[in-house]
Amino acid sequence: MVKEMDKEFITRGVRRCSTPRFLLWLAPWVGLLLFGAYSAGLCLVKGLNQTNMDNRYAFGLWIFVDLTIIALGAGAFFTGFLLYILKFKELKAVINSAVVIGVVCYSGAMAALMVDVGQPLRAWFTFWYPNVHSMLTEVTFCISCYLVVLLIEYLPIVLKNRKLREIPAFLVFEFELHKLIYVLAGVGTFLSFFHQGSLGGLYGVLRGRPFAFREGIFVWPSTFFLFILSAAAVGPSFLILTTWLVEKITGKRLAKDRVFQMLARISGILLSVYVLAKTVDTLIWINRTSPSLGFTASQYYDWKPFGTWILFAEIVLCGLVPALILLTPRLRARRAWLIPAAALACCGVALNRYVQTVQTLALPTLSFDKFLSYTPSWQETGTVLGVVAYGVVVYSFSFRYFQIFPEERELKIEVRPQAEEEPALAGRF
Amino acid sequence: MIAESKKTPAARYGMSIDVDRCNGCGSCMVACAVENNIPPATAGATDRTGLTWIRVFRIDNGAEGAERRSAFVPVLCQHCGKDAPCVSVCPQQAVDVDPATGIVGQMPERCLGCRYCMAACPYHARYFNWWDPAWPAGMEKTLNPDVSPRMRGVVEKCNFCHGRWHAAKTKAVANGKTEIDPADYIPACVEACPSGAIHFGNLNDAATETAQGARLPNSFRMLESLGTDPKIYYQSKKNWVREISSAPRPAVGKEKARG
Repeated sequence: MVKEMDKEFITRGVRRCSTPRFLLWLAPWVGLLLFGAYSAGLCLVKGLNQTNMDNRYAFGLWIFVDLTIIALGAGAFFTGFLLYILKFKELKAVINSAVVIGVVCYSGAMAALMVDVGQPLRAWFTFWYPNVHSMLTEVTFCISCYLVVLLIEYLPIVLKNRKLREIPAFLVFEFELHKLIYVLAGVGTFLSFFHQGSLGGLYGVLRGRPFAFREGIFVWPSTFFLFILSAAAVGPSFLILTTWLVEKITGKRLAKDRVFQMLARISGILLSVYVLAKTVDTLIWINRTSPSLGFTASQYYDWKPFGTWILFAEIVLCGLVPALILLTPRLRARRAWLIPAAALACCGVALNRYVQTVQTLALPTLSFDKFLSYTPSWQETGTVLGVVAYGVVVYSFSFRYFQIFPEERELKIEVRPQAEEEPALAGRF
Repeated sequence: MIAESKKTPAARYGMSIDVDRCNGCGSCMVACAVENNIPPATAGATDRTGLTWIRVFRIDNGAEGAERRSAFVPVLCQHCGKDAPCVSVCPQQAVDVDPATGIVGQMPERCLGCRYCMAACPYHARYFNWWDPAWPAGMEKTLNPDVSPRMRGVVEKCNFCHGRWHAAKTKAVANGKTEIDPADYIPACVEACPSGAIHFGNLNDAATETAQGARLPNSFRMLESLGTDPKIYYQSKKNWVREISSAPRPAVGKEKARG
């Protein structure tokens, strides 16, 4: 009975695993999700004393994870922007997946933020008494609005489900929503540019933290623009990574190679621009910004383990190296190069967010202050694992019941030898 | 209110702290806690999770043996003047600078507990309520009725004993005056200091001991290079003590002040 019902919801023309197998796949993730809910519940009920954060380490694992997953989820807005505004038609093959990733990342980040604040029931205060000078106000407004946009973008994907389409009202509603998609893509791009930037500005404006403080243009520090650029650069890389991962797990081809190549090329170009901008910014910071505040930049790297290696890893290893691979048609045409490069780019953005959040707070500002370390408590880690599990569960459901990869059916009937010809097309994009 | 501000020139309350006179007794910390209803530390609290609006740090000159010298530095909210780092970052205007007094205020009732202000403060003078405030049975009778205890999940910090400022203001109004009598407004830490190391007053009034102390040649402010214009002035005749005003230098040798 359940099996039959389950089958009716699966998209026509695609094959999905059996219901028991799907439930078996979900079981550990649901277990992790429950553990996450318990961890978060402890923090909400008993307070943030359940974490290992303190007055000096006021931000910890959660902020790092929030900033990282929001950057990785940038594929949603950027792919939408490329597809609907710049008319990169090939990206239609992954736009639905990008939207699901966006929904997962943004809703997960919002959930973690709700646990992270001391008084979650006062969240509405930011909308009622907004301080227009605060980057956090900008972040709160833009992320909330963008999550709504993402949910509206997600709705047509849900309503296109084989069974739900049988309800005429849903079909009409989905059709009407689809007409709005260009407006939504535009609004989403605008909001995303602002909140990605504001997340960068969050630390860039901290004059009292010379390690994070950056000069800027008008009211925005340079990190505002660097965060937009880095998020736009790794969004497509994360999309490559997730699509490849889903292909590996399901044993199916989901998107044509030219889609991977196009995403790789876009990611490579943006990553190169980002690496260049980040290098210039770092040089300005070392030679002008930090010394003008009385702090020589070299001193930051005397506090171990945060040596200069972290700067090298961020800019060269996880920036320049993947950018060069993704820009080279012959290299990116091979999965053995493409996937590690995309993974490195994603690690680079995570490292950048780690440096901004964790390293900033570890470094002393007063001369008699100590260098601090912090290890997240199991409740903090559990909450993060819960967010990851939530993401996997939502994505798994979406993959099973909705048409996340429109090219899947086409690729299923494609003759095998075609795959050998495709690398020759790689250089075109 | 505008008419009143025209009559009364804005004050700029601040402190001058003579580090050479501080013996590290901690009376200021105790007096502050009692005055401002700061609860006793919860079991499990550490020096990094406790509530200490004013905290005395022990520093030394980094030398060994007979050459070793120590000093005590009380650190509290520095009540930054120009663009206080914590004010602009608060997303819901729970932090403000009173233009009439220059005091950086914190409204725990509006605080979301995001702790962005804590990350922004270079002086680490802001504290988060990690636990519900609790007093041992009977001790609640000693609470100061002029100051509201704060709840779990909000940030708090020194406000130059705002309850006392209100009381002084009320007294002045009752006596038909527009300005408070300086003798009526003295923060608890200043009152409690047995060695008279802390002076409090209007820095705009050149006659006050605080303003005079701030102008002494051996007076300094913490991290002045950041441009936060703090209103807490420290004094010391010792060079190595005065060096604490600058940025930390992990690689420097002997003459480094250590906390």
